[in-house]
Amino acid sequence: MSNLIEVQSVNKTYKRGGETLVVLDDLSLEVPKGDYLALMGPSGSGKSTLLNLIGGLDSPTSGQVVINGEHLEKMGASALSDWRASNVGFIFQFYNLLPVLTANKNVEIPLLLTNLSGSQRKTHVETALNVVGLSDRGGHKPNELSGGQQQRVAIARALVSDPDILVCDEPTGDLDRDTATEILELLQILNRDHGKTILMVTHDPVAAESAKRTLHLDKGKLTN
Amino acid sequence: MKYWMIVKSGINRKKIRTFMTVFSIATAFLLFSLGRSVAVAFNSEVDFAGKDRLIVVSRLAFTESLPMAHKNRIEAVEGVDTVVWRQWFGGTYKERQNFFPKWPVPDNYFDVYPEWELSEGAQEAFSRNITGMIVGKDLADQFGWKIGDRIPIIADIWPKKGGGVWEFDLVGTYINSVSDEQDEAFINWKYFDEARLYETGRPGNYIVKIKNPDQAESIAKEIDELFKNSLDETKTSTEEAFSRMFAEQIGNIGLIINSVLAASFFTILLLTGNTMSQAVRERTPELGALKAVGFADRLIMLFVLAESFFLCVTGALIGVLIAYLLFPLFSGVAIGFSGEIEFSISIVISAILVAFITAVISGVLPAYSAMRLNVVDALRKN
Repeated sequence: MSNLIEVQSVNKTYKRGGETLVVLDDLSLEVPKGDYLALMGPSGSGKSTLLNLIGGLDSPTSGQVVINGEHLEKMGASALSDWRASNVGFIFQFYNLLPVLTANKNVEIPLLLTNLSGSQRKTHVETALNVVGLSDRGGHKPNELSGGQQQRVAIARALVSDPDILVCDEPTGDLDRDTATEILELLQILNRDHGKTILMVTHDPVAAESAKRTLHLDKGKLTN
Repeated sequence: MKYWMIVKSGINRKKIRTFMTVFSIATAFLLFSLGRSVAVAFNSEVDFAGKDRLIVVSRLAFTESLPMAHKNRIEAVEGVDTVVWRQWFGGTYKERQNFFPKWPVPDNYFDVYPEWELSEGAQEAFSRNITGMIVGKDLADQFGWKIGDRIPIIADIWPKKGGGVWEFDLVGTYINSVSDEQDEAFINWKYFDEARLYETGRPGNYIVKIKNPDQAESIAKEIDELFKNSLDETKTSTEEAFSRMFAEQIGNIGLIINSVLAASFFTILLLTGNTMSQAVRERTPELGALKAVGFADRLIMLFVLAESFFLCVTGALIGVLIAYLLFPLFSGVAIGFSGEIEFSISIVISAILVAFITAVISGVLPAYSAMRLNVVDALRKN
């Protein structure tokens, strides 16, 4: 299986006052296409930072982040925005939906950056909401939906532009166990049936079990 | 236009706050529109004034009266055609708000103003009837006066000998053929001068019609020279310059109005800027999510600026519309203090221009901070 994601000797440091804080320390990682990887570790271990680098939200201090042959560390802010729009979908712990927009409109947002017509966007939105099982809730605003439904809308938003990679930062962190299980099952379907490569940061061992494999980070290094 | 839904989501996020902000901006633009209409009116008065007429006033102050003896000496100056005089009467017709200028004038006063077309027989009736009054057509229409009506005026500056209300007989009307200014009243000097309690024989100022407008400056100098070092020194200027001086005096009021407007716009700048900053702060994680899904920094900045434009331009349009609707009431009150007040298209254009400037100034900092927002930090703000 070819590697979709290659992280090579990546360092990430921050300056705090006069002190240099090492968040990722010479970390290397390979993720094949179609993988479902859980990243675990204590707070401050660097797992979210690693996720941000792979998602093109941040740049490494040194090292390379290569996704599908493209070097993210060489891209400027504008190029990274364009790259994110077509290659990666984000799922956040607190959903980050726009509260005054309906589920349909929230899911449509990434498509505004494409050249699709209004009717084409509508079709894509319906498909994405259908995949997450919310085709009948498209007209509802986030505050009219449960937490699990809001997260499903967020997943539909991540899916709608059909990216190869889904980046999930504690996707079940704000949900009860039953709802969390439903979301994890949905992620497994997306990985298994739709071929999405998924990287998930989680503190929850049950969530990690739903992934194909789990990596542990501590003090900026992979420990297994 | 496809991005409008994102801009709209920002506007609708806090509807009450949006409404209050737009309401405040609308109030500022209501004041702006009405204030500007007064300023435009003063400019127009200067434009319409005659160039072949000189105004002779007291050097001390234009409210000081001058002796009647000045008339003959002014008439003797080379190049002078006609000399007439007038006095500011003041007074009130029924209610305080019924303000209009009233001037006691001699019979031949209207000869100096050929642009005024008197109604048939008005001049003769005015000469014949010592209590005669001629008024502008607009004034007669405003109060529903007809020829033959008796018009009572309550004195303030000029009480009558023996007290009581002044009463005049409407004997004619005039139409101004060069401007819309036909809202003054003229009463018979003889009656006024004989019946007033004090200052008999002293007009307020002289209007001097000259034969050649090119000689205005030299004739004005000569007139002032005549009365130099006397008890009643004069200051002579063309009617145009006098109007300008008068307008400039009221320009101080304009300065006050402009200062009030500037203060209100400064407040609006702070208000809108604060609203936008608060809106950006509240939406930091949402803006972070937008950036995460691929919206470029510059696009995020444009969304915030578009919100600012929406607030300012909507507020401006509402304010101008309300001003337009209230204008007939406002002009009715203000018309006595200035020239013809109009709600011109230039007011609307300048309001839109000011709205754009306000939007840019108040929106640029919040927009810039939204643009500079680090996506990772923004997403952490939940």
